[in-house]
Amino acid sequence: MMSYSKRDEDSGRIGYQHYFDKTTILQEARVFNESPINARKCRALLTKILYLISQGETFGTTEATELFFSVTKLFQSKDSALRQMVYLVIKELSTVAEDVIMVTSSLMKDMQPTSEVMYRANAIRVLRKITDASMLQGLERFLKAAIVDKNAKVSSAALVSSYHLYGIAREVVKRWANEAQEAINAKPQSAVSAATSYVSSFGNVPATYTAVSNSNIVQYHALGLLYAIRQKDRMAVSKLVQNYAAKSGMSGSVLRSPFAQCLLVRYACKVMEEDPSSTRAVYDLLEGWLRHKSEMVNLEAAKAICEIKDATVKELFPAVTTLQNFLSSGKPSIKFAAIRALNKLAMTQPAAVAPCNIDMENMITDQNRSISTFAITTLLKTGNEASVERLMKQISGFMSEITDESKVLVVEAVGSLCIKFPAKHHVMLSFLSGALRDDGGYDFKRAVVEAIFNFVKYIPESKEAALSHLCEIIEDCEYSKLSVKILHLLGVEGPKCPQPTKYIRYIYNRVILENAVVRGAAVSALAKFGVNVEDEAVKKSVKVLLSRCLDDADDEVRDRATMYLNVIKSGDEQGYVRDDSTYALAYLERQLLNYVSNPELADTPFDLSAVPKISRQDEQERGAQDLGITQSLGARTSTPPQSGSASNGSGARPAVSTTPSLDQQAAYAQQLAEIREFASFGPLFKSTAKPVELTESETEYVVSCVKHVFAHHVVFQFNIKNTLNDSVLEDVNVLMTPDNDEVSLVERVLIPAPQLVYDVPGVAYVAYERTVLEEYPECTFTNELKFIVKDCDPQTGEPDEEGFEDDYQVEEVSLAIADFVLPSYIPSFTRAWEELGQDFEVVETLALTTSPGLQEACRDLIALLGMQALDNTGTVQGSNVHTMTLSGIFIGGIRVLARCRMTYDSATGVTLQLAIRSASEEVSLVMIGAIA
Amino acid sequence: MVNLTLYTVKAVVMLDSEGGRVLAKYFGQDYASAKDQKAFEKGLYDKTKRSPHGEIILFDNQVVLYRFHEDVFFYIVGMPEENEAMLLVILNAFSDAVSMLLRHQISKRVILENLDLVVLALDETIDEGIVLETDPSAIVARVSKPRENLSDVPLSEQTLIQAYQTAKEKFGTALLK
Repeated sequence: MMSYSKRDEDSGRIGYQHYFDKTTILQEARVFNESPINARKCRALLTKILYLISQGETFGTTEATELFFSVTKLFQSKDSALRQMVYLVIKELSTVAEDVIMVTSSLMKDMQPTSEVMYRANAIRVLRKITDASMLQGLERFLKAAIVDKNAKVSSAALVSSYHLYGIAREVVKRWANEAQEAINAKPQSAVSAATSYVSSFGNVPATYTAVSNSNIVQYHALGLLYAIRQKDRMAVSKLVQNYAAKSGMSGSVLRSPFAQCLLVRYACKVMEEDPSSTRAVYDLLEGWLRHKSEMVNLEAAKAICEIKDATVKELFPAVTTLQNFLSSGKPSIKFAAIRALNKLAMTQPAAVAPCNIDMENMITDQNRSISTFAITTLLKTGNEASVERLMKQISGFMSEITDESKVLVVEAVGSLCIKFPAKHHVMLSFLSGALRDDGGYDFKRAVVEAIFNFVKYIPESKEAALSHLCEIIEDCEYSKLSVKILHLLGVEGPKCPQPTKYIRYIYNRVILENAVVRGAAVSALAKFGVNVEDEAVKKSVKVLLSRCLDDADDEVRDRATMYLNVIKSGDEQGYVRDDSTYALAYLERQLLNYVSNPELADTPFDLSAVPKISRQDEQERGAQDLGITQSLGARTSTPPQSGSASNGSGARPAVSTTPSLDQQAAYAQQLAEIREFASFGPLFKSTAKPVELTESETEYVVSCVKHVFAHHVVFQFNIKNTLNDSVLEDVNVLMTPDNDEVSLVERVLIPAPQLVYDVPGVAYVAYERTVLEEYPECTFTNELKFIVKDCDPQTGEPDEEGFEDDYQVEEVSLAIADFVLPSYIPSFTRAWEELGQDFEVVETLALTTSPGLQEACRDLIALLGMQALDNTGTVQGSNVHTMTLSGIFIGGIRVLARCRMTYDSATGVTLQLAIRSASEEVSLVMIGAIA
Repeated sequence: MVNLTLYTVKAVVMLDSEGGRVLAKYFGQDYASAKDQKAFEKGLYDKTKRSPHGEIILFDNQVVLYRFHEDVFFYIVGMPEENEAMLLVILNAFSDAVSMLLRHQISKRVILENLDLVVLALDETIDEGIVLETDPSAIVARVSKPRENLSDVPLSEQTLIQAYQTAKEKFGTALLK
């Protein structure tokens, strides 16, 4: 027999990269037109084309189209070895060439049940690539038949192709669910029936290779397709899981493919996520899968158990045991999988992972650096204080060998460790500064800097050391973004240190050496020293340094220097350098847009006082959320720092934060702006932060309400969801009836939700106008839904022609004074309080009978007044006396401040002295009326 | 994020002992441009060349499984949260199938000489990121080999049956003309 590898030079051999190029190939393509077709030569040339494409060579549209059509000539050849290659090249060229749809008929011919298996399976996969949604109708019959074909290869090809097509032709593919189901349940093909495979026609294939697959992978494809079709229908998915999971326990399980079992595990978790009541049942299933004979299924189940929210250590135990066994696996991938899962679990549940400590110790020196890195970072989380030093030393040894991703993991682990073992801060700090000397990308350096920031924030005794490390970093930092961050922190923290002058030197060096962005940040940092350091000598030298910056080449740097110099001279530091508030930017942006787009406002200046302010801390936390690091932030705050610096940490958040509601409000504003009827209402003043639930969550129709307050109007937005899958609601109106006829509100606009199909929320609006502007009506409305209900087919969602009118009572909604007040942050309450003066002060003393304690009283007051608690006064600090200060903006842009002095006595409860100040007596009276 | 789809593999890459591309196939949009692909391959090679038998690495936020044969690295790139055991089965399927097709003599030279077999094996293992088959013998059986072109072989080396077949073929073509 001829040895296959000894092919002759000119036609068979594929050379190295520069052996041939595109031009030669295009010339050689003539061979495709020769008659008779030289199958070997053509196949070799096709291989060269594929090789070129794989090397990154690209073909122009004309080139590709010409090549494509000369390749299609090869369909005339009966040589199946050539045909398989033709299919592959057609697939590759189809993305570039034009009119590829022309080969459809050739492929259809190859798809016929009478063709060879290889022709059929591959033709289906090629056809999928060149077809579009409009052609699919014509192919439906073939594909459905191919899905249930008894040959697994044909069936898999059809299923996978259908899966790809699902994205472009959902409606058509949806109809193939029954076939997919049948493919899952099909009996495995016996080895005998496969003997007719085309392979046998080539003499040099050893007889042991049979075309029949032992993987049962077709079940995986079929299950995947079935889920894709059913995924929107929660009941159907839940049934799918129950159906196949129940049978998987027995030896004669329907799902023989471990890949399919893994999918089932994932679907089961999805069911649990959407329906928490199923947690118990799903957990039992997962535990069963831990004992499945395939390790990929065990792994999938163990990972899934570790992901269950609020799982107890006991519930985690079987999963951890499975992973622990994998730690001693001979396969690096399995070890890696296990340690990665344990590492993730250790972030939230270190106690559950601790039993694996000994196994993980053995992995520290693992050949595979990814594995050893995970082992060490996990041990850092689960281990005790004594082992920290040793682990750090181990890991410094190979930091330079591991990928940036792993380095970030290590650094983050060390960063969070500082809270756990503050006594070890010197080891960790020197490790971090050592790590910085390694090469690494921005993400890695940023992680190190963030970790050092943690030390500054949470461990006062390490602050000075950490700051000097940071000073070193900026001396030689290639990332301006990081330098700016560090300079800012130096500006904030430096002046509080015993020797502020030593930082000034480092900062001023930046002014001399860096680009404009960093210089600007350095100037701002310098100014903070000038303002905050009491020592006159320091103030003086800062002034000298700043005046040197007045000649800077960059405008921004010069401007900053000029401004800060004047601020320091004038002594009005409070308003500029020490101000820790900032405008709610989303809100400000919206107001500005409105101002610019509204020509009537052009004559009046923009009213900045109507824009609410938030503290820098809120702003930062929001920034942190944007970066997606809330999780680690949450993890840090959940461990209370023992160093007593809690008031500096995130624990200092005001009890009621305005930030999330302002973001939400921006979203609402956009929605409302798109509704024509509301266009004349002007800018949105306030939306209630959380929708008020008007029904229980299990009822037929779930309704919630959001109130939007405009200058003269109030819009009620009703979010309605239909939870019945056999009915469709049309023309859904909300009928609102105020309990008080005298109220100065007139209904203006009524916008129904046109149609509510199952599980898709819809919105109806009711808008009222306030006819008397000086009145801020407090009133409760009873609400009723009025709609036309039509029965429909739960499967297709097709509604009947005929419907009938129906109504549905939901709970009441009320309008209160708080709806006309926007919470707003101010940096200094005392100053603002003095500024407003006593002219329109209203004071009243009340007994708060409804509040059982001071903390509850604070909460109720914030809710009733709709204002923002300042300086952390929203949280009561233990004693029987508490003063809460509040700030807000009343509709029309009037600033309102409130001082709530409260005493608590177990006999009489909470007594409140409420003082309100504002720029208008009327507003002060209205505000006090909200409580009385 | 748990992967609820069938899309499992982001790329299959083969690099030689200097990091040069032997063969590469990327699926999906993550590494769409040639530049991104080259950068990814370079970084991947740098991180794996020192431990050719490490088998698995977290690189560029992807889980990458790999195997080294003689002077070629086989890489399978998966979604970051993908089940590693699943990816291992896929790597084994492809690597074993190629090994069988090349008669257990995997090297860059042999792969390039038999590239038709390797690209077909890849196409039969993964379809646009979805694993098509995990049984290496089934993959091997699905890869067609080119028919020996009998007319190129000197008559003296042909067996009688081959001679008969050649004659029949020639006769057939003559008739068709």
